[in-house]
Amino acid sequence: MRHMMSPLDLTVEELDNLLHLASDIEKNPDKYAHACDRKKLATCFYEPSTRTRLSFEAAMQNLGGSVLGFSSADSSSAAKGESVSDTIRVISCYADICAIRHPKEGAALVASSKSGIPVINAGDGGHQHPTQTLTDLMTIHSLKGRLSDLTIGLCGDLKFGRTVHSLIHALIRYPNIKFVLISPEELRIPSYIRQDVLEKHGIPFVEMERLEDAMPDLDILYMTRVQKERFFNEEDYVRMKDFYILTKEKLSLAKEDMLVLHPLPRVNEISVEVDDDPRAVYFKQVQYGVYIRMALILTLLKWKEEP
Amino acid sequence: MLNISGIHEGFVLDHIQAGTSLSIYKDLKLEQLDCSVAIIKNARSSKMGKKDMIKVECPIDALDLDILGFIDHNITVNIIKNDKIVEKKKLHLPKQIVNVIKCKNPRCITSIEQELDQIFILTDPEKEVYRCKYCEEQQKKKKYRK
Repeated sequence: MRHMMSPLDLTVEELDNLLHLASDIEKNPDKYAHACDRKKLATCFYEPSTRTRLSFEAAMQNLGGSVLGFSSADSSSAAKGESVSDTIRVISCYADICAIRHPKEGAALVASSKSGIPVINAGDGGHQHPTQTLTDLMTIHSLKGRLSDLTIGLCGDLKFGRTVHSLIHALIRYPNIKFVLISPEELRIPSYIRQDVLEKHGIPFVEMERLEDAMPDLDILYMTRVQKERFFNEEDYVRMKDFYILTKEKLSLAKEDMLVLHPLPRVNEISVEVDDDPRAVYFKQVQYGVYIRMALILTLLKWKEEP
Repeated sequence: MLNISGIHEGFVLDHIQAGTSLSIYKDLKLEQLDCSVAIIKNARSSKMGKKDMIKVECPIDALDLDILGFIDHNITVNIIKNDKIVEKKKLHLPKQIVNVIKCKNPRCITSIEQELDQIFILTDPEKEVYRCKYCEEQQKKKKYRK
């Protein structure tokens, strides 16, 4: 039985099939409206996450299935001290597929090793969040028509941002990808990504401090939040913070067909005046998140039934 | 001159970095074996200057050589049967080690679920890097202090 722990669990071919299925779901939603009739998705959320949980629930309901689960550790038997392994064994008797979010890294892998049903990692601490990466890939694939031949700017907190690390891992499997890494010195990409991933695979990249300098070359701008608590001192934060706020003026330097993505929630790193620009696709990205989760649920259930 | 008698069946662990034999004694859990164990510290070595050695008189399958490969793959393992060295075993870095080291990542699931095995996978044999199976946190090979 297959699970979804990391975006790299899928081969490039499997990922292409998943993207095509998600695209077909987008175009023909009625065709899939009863694809999961009488199937149940368990959402086991040990920490609050409104967006991801609702996206999974919407995905299952769009497929005609139903949803059960819990949305915090306090309202589950974890509060009584039950292990993740025991909880998933029990959930396997109630549901056909499970999405799990847990604050501890590796919790989803532990669940998958004891589960009788497919498990989707809906975020395990700062480790992996594969359905966010699949959402990002679908957004780029749908709106650009390709995942190759792209210059991708990654902006903000590149040190701790797991979405950025996952996206790099996923995109280097496609030809002619270049990265522009835009961040303050304190939040540069970790050396294990720079050396063991980018340099090791011969992926071209440049590191920059100013968003404006990078803007004209980009096909995709992936924004993340720069958090004050990541800085060593207030002075550096004040000096750098405006560098990483996307405004209308900065966007005017970009190509006409560049796309702005953001995993959300946004705080102030993208000015609201940018929202109406056709290049701002972060809310479309949320909608693609539902389609790709629908495709993932269908695919994992299909694989489960195959001999 | 110190004299330690030969062993009939068991192991001689040779070329142990001087001063680390007691740590290896603990990691191999030799104190749990009901057999003769001799630890020789700071023996003269033409190759290493000085070295430690451990002689263990026990059945061949009583030692976990995988753990030894993780501890120090430069150690020579001489397997003794009927008072003779029958094999000089070369150690390799094991692909996976279970319950030898603990994940130090406080965010790892193993930090709160104590019954889970501590499993580390060899991800970069060249740099001798192991990563926790669950959180993928890097764990460099254990370095013994003398």
